[in-house]
Amino acid sequence: MKTKEHILSLLSEIPDPEIPVISIIELGVIREIDIIDDKSIALKITPTYSGCPAMKQIEDDVKKKLSENGFTSITLNTIFSPPWTTDWITEEAKEKLRKYGIAPPEHSTEDKNWLTGKHSVVKCPRCKSENTKLISQFGSTACKALYQCQECLEPFDYFKCI
Amino acid sequence: MLKQVQHDNIKSVKSAISAGHKKMTIQEALFQYTLRLGDTNLILSQRISEWTGHGPFLEEDLALTNIALDITGAAKSFLEYAAGIENKGRSADDLAYFRNDRQFYNAQITELPNGDYARTIVRQAMIDCFDFYFYTELAKSKDETLAGIAQKSIKEVTYHLRHTSSWVERFGDGTEESHNKAQTAVNELWQYTGELFEMNEVDEILIKEGIAIDLNGVKTKWGNHMAGLLEKSTLIKPENGYMQTGSRKAIHTEHLAFILAEMQALPRMYPDAKW
Repeated sequence: MKTKEHILSLLSEIPDPEIPVISIIELGVIREIDIIDDKSIALKITPTYSGCPAMKQIEDDVKKKLSENGFTSITLNTIFSPPWTTDWITEEAKEKLRKYGIAPPEHSTEDKNWLTGKHSVVKCPRCKSENTKLISQFGSTACKALYQCQECLEPFDYFKCI
Repeated sequence: MLKQVQHDNIKSVKSAISAGHKKMTIQEALFQYTLRLGDTNLILSQRISEWTGHGPFLEEDLALTNIALDITGAAKSFLEYAAGIENKGRSADDLAYFRNDRQFYNAQITELPNGDYARTIVRQAMIDCFDFYFYTELAKSKDETLAGIAQKSIKEVTYHLRHTSSWVERFGDGTEESHNKAQTAVNELWQYTGELFEMNEVDEILIKEGIAIDLNGVKTKWGNHMAGLLEKSTLIKPENGYMQTGSRKAIHTEHLAFILAEMQALPRMYPDAKW
């Protein structure tokens, strides 16, 4: 019978459909893996954003990957609690985001400073300057906001902390 | 033949009346409650999606489209749960696409036309503010699925409220024209806010079970928050006068049927269509 580690490494080969430099495991959306037998497996998956259109793609990719590896009964259950948080994105994955040109979430969601209007500094992923400006709270996908670097003038995406 | 039909009709009306007197089960109440939440999110998201590609400028177009997407997501979560509770083989899509206006329980404020941008934003801020306090309470519900969806949604709604509040402030405290448009929107929409806090048998049954939220508490918090926001925006808060009502009984303004006609056209024309 396949081990949990084996399944994790299989699923690590699946890239996030919208940010292909990180895997769905690094994103933190797979919450539980229950290997029933050689042919049957049940997974618990949680959405990043309720309306994220990538979730359907992720589910299809997971089913495809597992069926290619001998599973004939694959159950995917969506769970909402605990809700997904950017705190689950690993440090390694954050570095990959930065290299890809997306500023990773800067602070833990435990930090409530932003609620009182204090923004933490978002560094430009290209030139590392801290002199950046929020252009729009909402960006090209549900998980991102739009910033611009005031030094190198590069517009860039920022992965919002939720 | 006609007599037989009449007789059957009378029989079905009689049985419907006696069913109406029968006390609603917890499961029936939970279905109604979840459907109400699903419908309110679905109709609002469909309505504000009309701005997609027509926003006043690109960033704002993106913002409202993103907000609509989050709300669609919440609608999907609630309607999928409702379909499961009902357990009669209907899917979330069936609930969205194959019911008529008199079977929808969305708050009337969500179906009103968008109007100008100030009106769209004022309505959105009113609902974001309601959702913020409502989901905060619903997150403590004994129903794990409803609590989970609420925990998820509150993160998104916090962003929405921050965004729409900042616009209410800019419109209210902006130019004479923007101020007047925002004030007109507040005045016209206020009569539709009472409905958000209405409770009926469904709420009564589920509050006893620790599932539903007593909306009186939410009403106070919402009222205080809105008063603060309007004052900061140099806008005048209307008096609580006559309030529109009906949606808890699936009674709507004339606008809902037009939204449904557009939203449901494709699946009704091609019921086998897949996407």
